[in-house]
Amino acid sequence: MSQHVWQMRLVGDRLSAGLMRILTILSSLIVFLMAFGLYFRARPILALKPLSELLFSSSWHPLKGDFGFLPFITGTLWVTGGAVVIAVPLCLLAAIYLSEYAHRRVRDLANPLIDLLAGIPSVVYGMWGILIIVPLVKDHIAPLFGSLSTGYCVLSGSIVLAIMIFPIIIHVSAEIFRTVPNELREASLAIGATKWQTVKHVVMRKAMPGVMAAVVLGLSRAFGETMAVLMVAGNVARTPSSVFDPAYPLPALIANNYGEMLSVPLYDSALLLASLVLLLVVLGFNIIARLVLIRVERSIQ
Amino acid sequence: MPARKLEENVFKALMVASTILILSTLAVILVTVAVKGLPAMSLSMVTQTPKGGFYLGKEGGILNAILGSLYLAGGATAIAIGVSLLVVLYLNVYAGPHSRLASFTRFSFDVLWGVPSIVYGAFGFTIMIYLGLRTSLLGGIIAVALLILPMMSRAMDEVIRMVPKELFDASYSLGATRLETAFKVIARQALPGIITAVLIALGRGIGDAASVIFTAGFSDSIPYSLLRPAATLPLAIFFQLGTPIPEVRERAYASALILTLIVLAISLGARMMTRRFTKHTVK
Repeated sequence: MSQHVWQMRLVGDRLSAGLMRILTILSSLIVFLMAFGLYFRARPILALKPLSELLFSSSWHPLKGDFGFLPFITGTLWVTGGAVVIAVPLCLLAAIYLSEYAHRRVRDLANPLIDLLAGIPSVVYGMWGILIIVPLVKDHIAPLFGSLSTGYCVLSGSIVLAIMIFPIIIHVSAEIFRTVPNELREASLAIGATKWQTVKHVVMRKAMPGVMAAVVLGLSRAFGETMAVLMVAGNVARTPSSVFDPAYPLPALIANNYGEMLSVPLYDSALLLASLVLLLVVLGFNIIARLVLIRVERSIQ
Repeated sequence: MPARKLEENVFKALMVASTILILSTLAVILVTVAVKGLPAMSLSMVTQTPKGGFYLGKEGGILNAILGSLYLAGGATAIAIGVSLLVVLYLNVYAGPHSRLASFTRFSFDVLWGVPSIVYGAFGFTIMIYLGLRTSLLGGIIAVALLILPMMSRAMDEVIRMVPKELFDASYSLGATRLETAFKVIARQALPGIITAVLIALGRGIGDAASVIFTAGFSDSIPYSLLRPAATLPLAIFFQLGTPIPEVRERAYASALILTLIVLAISLGARMMTRRFTKHTVK
C-alpha cells in the first residue's frame, strides 16, 4: 500500500514536470507566435505592394488603396525623440541623486512614489495632457517661440510621454548605479576627488552601458505607447516640421482606425503590418537593452 | 570657492530640482484628476448603466464599464496566475540553475514585457479571427492575459529566486517530491511576493486601453456573456472625452477619478500585503 502511494507521488511528479515544461516552452514562444500571427495577417498587403513603398511613401489614402506609412513613422520618431530628450537628463540627474546622494529615508519615500507614477493608466495621462499640457503649450510655450499651435502637437505628446517613461529609466539606471562597487567610489574619494567628480568620472563611466540600456528601454516604451499620445498629439497624417506641428504616430493610427478597418479592403492588413513593424522595432530595442543588462549583471558576479 | 566645489553644488542643485520636478508631476496629475473628477462625481455614476441619451449628457452612469473592467481584468489575471505560477515554479524547481530553457524563457519574458499593449491588441485580434470570435469579453480577456503574463511571471520569478536554497534541501531530505516542494513549500514561502505580483498585474490589466480597443469592444449593458462585447473604464474615459458636450466630458473626469482610485487602491494593497506577509516568512 505504502509502496503504491509512493509510486503515485512519483508519477504525479513526472507528469507535472512534463506538463509544466510544455507550458514553459509554449509561453517562451509567445513572442514568435505574435510576430508570425501578425505577419500572416499582413501578407495580403505585402503581396500587393513592395515593403519599401509601404514604409517610405507618404500617400495615405486607404479608400484608394494607398497605404504609405511614412508620415506615421516620422510622427512616431518626432514624438519619441522629443520624449527622450526631455526625460533622459531629468531621469539621470534624479537617479544619480537617489542612489548616490539622497538619504535612505528620502529614497524610501521617493521609490514608492515613482512606482505610483508607473501605475497610472495611460488614458489618465492622456486626459491630464489634454487638461494641463495642451493649454500650456498653446497659450504659453508656443507663443514664447513665436509660433501658433493648437496645443495638440509633437511637443505635448513628447512631454506626456516623457513623464510616462520617467519610472522605467529611473528604476533601471538606479539599479545599475547600485551595481557599481563601493571600493571604486572609495578609491576615487580617497585620492581627493569630490563626490560629483567621483560620480562623473568613476560611477558614470562604469555604469554607462547599463544607463544606455535604461534609456533604450524608456525609448522603446515611448515608441509603442498609444492612448496618451493618441489623445494629445493631434493626429494629422503629415510629417511634422516643428515641435508645434501635430503628429500622427503609428500606434495612434492603429488604435484610431479599428472601427473602419474591416470595411475597407486591405485596411486591416495594413494596420496589422503597422503593428508588426512596431513589434519588430520594439523587439530589436529590447533585445539589445536586455543583452547589455545581462552582461552588466554577469560582470558583477 | 574653488571651481570644482562650485560644480559640485550646481549639479547637486540640478539633481534635487530634477527629483522634485519628477515627483511633483505625480502630485500635479493626482491633484488634477481629483479636482476635475470630484465635482462631476455622483452616486448614479457608479450605480447605473448609460441610459438613452447618455452620450448627449442625459442620465446614467458607468457601472457597465466598471464591472466590465473588473470582469475583464479579473478573468485575465486568473488565466495569467495559472500560467505564470506553473511556469515560474518549473523554472525554479525543475529546471536546473544552468538550464538553457530557463534563461531563454526569462529573456523572452523580459523582451515581451516591453512590447506595446497596442501590439497585444492587434495580436489578440488575429487570434480572435482565427478562432472565429467577434469583439467580446473573452477576446479582451485573452489579449489582457497575454499582456500581463510576462510582468506577472517575472515579478513572481524574482521573489521565488530569493527563496533560500536550504529550504529546497530541507524539503527534499524529508522525502518530498519536486511537485510537493514546489507547491507546499516554495509557493507558500513566496506567497507575499506572489500576491504582490498578481496585484501589480491586475492594476496594469484594469488600466490598459490599447489592448482592449480591438478585442473587447464596447457595450452599454453590464457584461452578461463571455461572447458579448464588454465596456471597460479606460475606453469609457476615452470615448467620453472625445465628445464636445461638456456634461459628458465632466463624466469622463469622474470616470478617470474612479479608475485612478481603483488602480491606487490595488497598488497600496500590494504594498501592504508585502509588509504584512513578510513578517512570517523564513529569512
